[in-house]
Amino acid sequence: MALTEPQMRQETAASDHAIELRGISKAFGPVQANKDISIRVRRGTIHGIVGENGAGKSTLMSILYGFYRADRGEILINGQPTEIPDSLAAIRAGIGMVFQHFKLVENFSVLENVILGAEAGGFLRPSLARARGLLQDLAREFELNVNPDALIEDLSVGHQQRVEILKALYREADILILDEPTGVLTPSEADHLFRILRGLKDQGKTIILITHKLREIMEVTDEVSVMRRGEMVATRVTAQTSPTELAELMVGRKVLLRVEKTPAQPGDPVLQLENLRVVDSQGVEKLRGISLDIRAGEILGIAGVAGNGQSELLEVLAGLRPAEGKARLRGTPFPLSGSGADAQTRRAQRIAHVPEDRQRRGLVMNFHAWENIAFGYHHDPAYNPSAWRMDNDAIREDARGKMERFDVRPPDPLLKASGFSGGNQQKIVLAREMERNPDLLLVGQPTRGVDIGAIEFIHQQLIHLRDAGSAILLVSVELDEILSLSDRIVVMFDGRIMGERLPEATNAQELGLMMAGMA
Amino acid sequence: MDIATLVQVLDSTLRLATPLLFACLAGLISERAGVFDIGLEGKMLVAAFMAAAIAFVSGNVWIGVAAAVAASVAMALLHGVASITFRGNQLISGVAINFLAAGITVVIAQNWFRQGGRTPSLSGDARMRRIDLPFAESVRDVPFLGPVYHGILSGHALLVYVAFLCVPLTWFVLFRTRFGLRLRAVGENPAAVDTAGVSVVRLRYGAVAICGVLCGLAGAYLATGLSAGFVKDMTAGRGFIALAAMIFAKWRPWHAMGAVLLFGLLEAVANRFQNMEILGLAVPVQAMQALPYILTVVILAGFVGKAIPPRAGGSPYVKEH
Amino acid sequence: MSAGRIPNWADVTLVPLFSVALAFALSAVLIWAIGESPWDAVKLMVQGAFGSSYGWGYTLFYATNFIFTGLAVAVAFQARLFNIGGEGQALLGGLGVALVCLYIPWPHWSLALIAASLGAALFGAAWAIIPGYLQARRGSHIVITTIMFNFIAASLLGYILVNVLRVRGSQDPASPRFPAEVALPKLHEMLALVGIPFSRVPPVNISLLLAIFMCFAVWFMLWRTRLGYQIRAFGESEPAAEYAGISPARITIYVMLISGALAGLMAVNSVMGEQQRLVLNAVEGAGFIGIAVALMGRNHPFGVFLAAILFGFLYQGGAELALWMSIPRELIVVIQALVILFTGALDNMVRMPIARLFALRGGR
Repeated sequence: MALTEPQMRQETAASDHAIELRGISKAFGPVQANKDISIRVRRGTIHGIVGENGAGKSTLMSILYGFYRADRGEILINGQPTEIPDSLAAIRAGIGMVFQHFKLVENFSVLENVILGAEAGGFLRPSLARARGLLQDLAREFELNVNPDALIEDLSVGHQQRVEILKALYREADILILDEPTGVLTPSEADHLFRILRGLKDQGKTIILITHKLREIMEVTDEVSVMRRGEMVATRVTAQTSPTELAELMVGRKVLLRVEKTPAQPGDPVLQLENLRVVDSQGVEKLRGISLDIRAGEILGIAGVAGNGQSELLEVLAGLRPAEGKARLRGTPFPLSGSGADAQTRRAQRIAHVPEDRQRRGLVMNFHAWENIAFGYHHDPAYNPSAWRMDNDAIREDARGKMERFDVRPPDPLLKASGFSGGNQQKIVLAREMERNPDLLLVGQPTRGVDIGAIEFIHQQLIHLRDAGSAILLVSVELDEILSLSDRIVVMFDGRIMGERLPEATNAQELGLMMAGMA
Repeated sequence: MDIATLVQVLDSTLRLATPLLFACLAGLISERAGVFDIGLEGKMLVAAFMAAAIAFVSGNVWIGVAAAVAASVAMALLHGVASITFRGNQLISGVAINFLAAGITVVIAQNWFRQGGRTPSLSGDARMRRIDLPFAESVRDVPFLGPVYHGILSGHALLVYVAFLCVPLTWFVLFRTRFGLRLRAVGENPAAVDTAGVSVVRLRYGAVAICGVLCGLAGAYLATGLSAGFVKDMTAGRGFIALAAMIFAKWRPWHAMGAVLLFGLLEAVANRFQNMEILGLAVPVQAMQALPYILTVVILAGFVGKAIPPRAGGSPYVKEH
Repeated sequence: MSAGRIPNWADVTLVPLFSVALAFALSAVLIWAIGESPWDAVKLMVQGAFGSSYGWGYTLFYATNFIFTGLAVAVAFQARLFNIGGEGQALLGGLGVALVCLYIPWPHWSLALIAASLGAALFGAAWAIIPGYLQARRGSHIVITTIMFNFIAASLLGYILVNVLRVRGSQDPASPRFPAEVALPKLHEMLALVGIPFSRVPPVNISLLLAIFMCFAVWFMLWRTRLGYQIRAFGESEPAAEYAGISPARITIYVMLISGALAGLMAVNSVMGEQQRLVLNAVEGAGFIGIAVALMGRNHPFGVFLAAILFGFLYQGGAELALWMSIPRELIVVIQALVILFTGALDNMVRMPIARLFALRGGR
């Protein structure tokens, strides 16, 4: 097809950009995950994309890799409008993706994983030989050393990630997208990764780095785009910006929720933790020595980007995950693993738990509201008049009272949990856990997916419980929630505590920097 | 036990192991691709009926075999529609297929032949001919070689040799070809295959179809090689023995051959002797019949080397990240 | 895949009814294809199963078996466990019944009934607990182990019948006849007490009442006890159950015990109520029919009761078909397979048009 003069000029100008997105929008039901996003990524650069949880970064990348189709908008690869209906199209367009959760076959060798889907013919032997040679070259060139015959399940997480990069390079990807690549890496592994990325850039590859860690952005990227609430709010040349500016852009100027509260009157310590450590089934250290204490009558807020160990901390305390370290409850040591470290025992010890994921853990969605009110407390003698009979009427009665006091709408115990809105589901969980006046309340993301009116109500209830003398451990990724509710704030990053602040002596920007690993 | 009896038992071991081997490899390929199949029994049964019925009508056993394979593949695709396309429960689908086969073979057999749910006996070209291996006659009287070559290895139907050739073939396809690599990957981690730009659905349908072909051969041999016609429920649990052998072999082709030979031997011995004395202990025939199942449970329980199925087995693939 | 949500009432009524309608429609096509009239077949089946107290008696006798095995599968399904081992558990239950009836002299059938029920339940439960334990503690797939246990049970029973219980000099691998004292009262005797005439021929007996009682008992256990609460919670969501401190391993073992006991109880009806001795094929596939019954009954005891009656009708009607038309009994197995296929494996397919219908109505 013959191009007209101005068109050709446009093509040449545009092809400075490896990727250009124009007006990409994507909605999931009522949630607008991406709103009219436009971005240009120059060829041969490392381009960072930062944003808080739920800012829409992952959705955008999924659109680029053909997992979702955008509702509106246009994708240009090297200046050419490109349709990406599936992963194959993305690969053909020269895009390689390193997912946060690796897509590797665990009991295959490195070589087999690398060639999977990109074999050089019907038989494996020539493909494997070719890949072996190429891997040797890549290893020499980019410090991408991995034993090609090792099984994935025997490799460290850092090496597994290298296999993902090798997969993309084997497919001759020109554009490499990495989604939170350092979340699972040790600092030295992360440094190694950055050296690899710089080497790739020097070879002319374009790299998109999605992360919430500003230190990484400052260290390796050439340009950085900031996303907030589904929108692309700014793009900066990294050398001309600062972590402070980026943190401000990420967090935005939020409407601070005002919560009426008096200063806390902390009493005796309820929970004392010393050097808590958790290693998950993959061998990744999730908690690397957490020490903290919480007193009666105070709210300790834990700020942090999701995935920095807060969830594991909650699960350990709720008796859902074993850990090492020392723990005391009201001065008495209690086990963190083995017998006596289960969820029932913790409840009996007056520790209540509002889990982060209410639909997966906190509620049985197919159960009626009253059944959910008894959930976890189904051994309560008040619900069990005899060993073999559960008194459903008593539970329903109890549920009705609790639901009314917590303003669950409608306050109908006979409705299924799945029939309530997110906010009302959360109120059911809160009513169940808080009405028992626990000594310690563990609460994760209390207002995730909850409407404004309910947020206010939930915050008030938490303050009431505090004033009644409970100790509350609040985990939230919402900074303003942490700021407005907490009496003390601890920031977690990478399984460690980055520092402690008093809410009146800090602000969102400072916390944002700490959450991004910039102490 | 004298030599002649031993030769007879081993000879019938090969014949009895043949349908097991086909079905076992069928299940192995399906499950390696992540589709559980407890419907091997049903597919074999339908194939056995079709083989016998069409061979009888046409007078040509190979037309019967083709019909058997076609019918078995049709059942396999039904399983595919339920478990891949509609993401239904693969185990329930397998159960349904077993019953469907048990019922429909008798209903149609009765309608076509009116002999109480069986086909007429096959003879001549409607049955599989035995093949004498080269020089079988000439080495007949050579000590050791004679009984082994002439007595045991030679003189079986073509499908017996095909079945045993399928073992290296399956191994080669699974571990030395692109298709095999992808097939194993889709049973372990379909997301890896999907993000590599390969269709999970197409691969799984491919595996299910191959499973159908092999079950078809198993049933065809059963009705036209091992027996001379179809009778009601003639698979008699062989599909489940094959399933047991597959687990026993931990989803590996060469081990599968070992397992079916062991289970075939047990059946041959149980057929030959009602009660056996082993080391002065009377072993009832029922113990021999139950042994494959008991061994499989022991392996499943992980008391002797745990059997770990393909990791994505049994679950439909839903795209997420 | 789902086109939308279906209201609860439609989910428990329309979906299974539509599935059964599909299964019947396909079976009608099959009947037509083999040259018979589907309409005549239906008439004959209804007449044969419900047209006389004789027909009703057989229908209810079969239904009694299916209630027990259907409940067994349903209870396991409530905990998301697929117990295909009902067949073997019922065989062992038969052994329990036979031992109780043969080796203990009972003065009256009522005492024998209680003891035989306990024996049946105990043996059935014992046979189910091994797969249950292996699933809970060793992660062995319960579907495979229960299948294996069906075959092991058949061999075990074969051995016991041939070598232990067989009547001396008899070629028949069967136990001796039970003493007359342990014969269970038949339905016609019970109805005669209230002056209702009923055919004396069919083997339907007092076990029917036991089966109905077990429907209530299972319903009570599932929805009125702490154990049932925990079973249902575990079945709905394992992560949530963990959160609530419900031990998956313990629930798995309890559920298999209950499921095996229910399957075993079937033998009270078939072995003690009908055959009056233990034979090799005492269960005759009823364990498997339990799967179809539970799926169609949506794992609810009341649904299981209705589905068991339907299958009782199919079995009795099917026998009539085989007798009067040239349609073999195995047609019923085809219908059973189609019911399992549509209500179990192709559930998503069956739902789609129904969900679309509701989406249309809701959209207006």
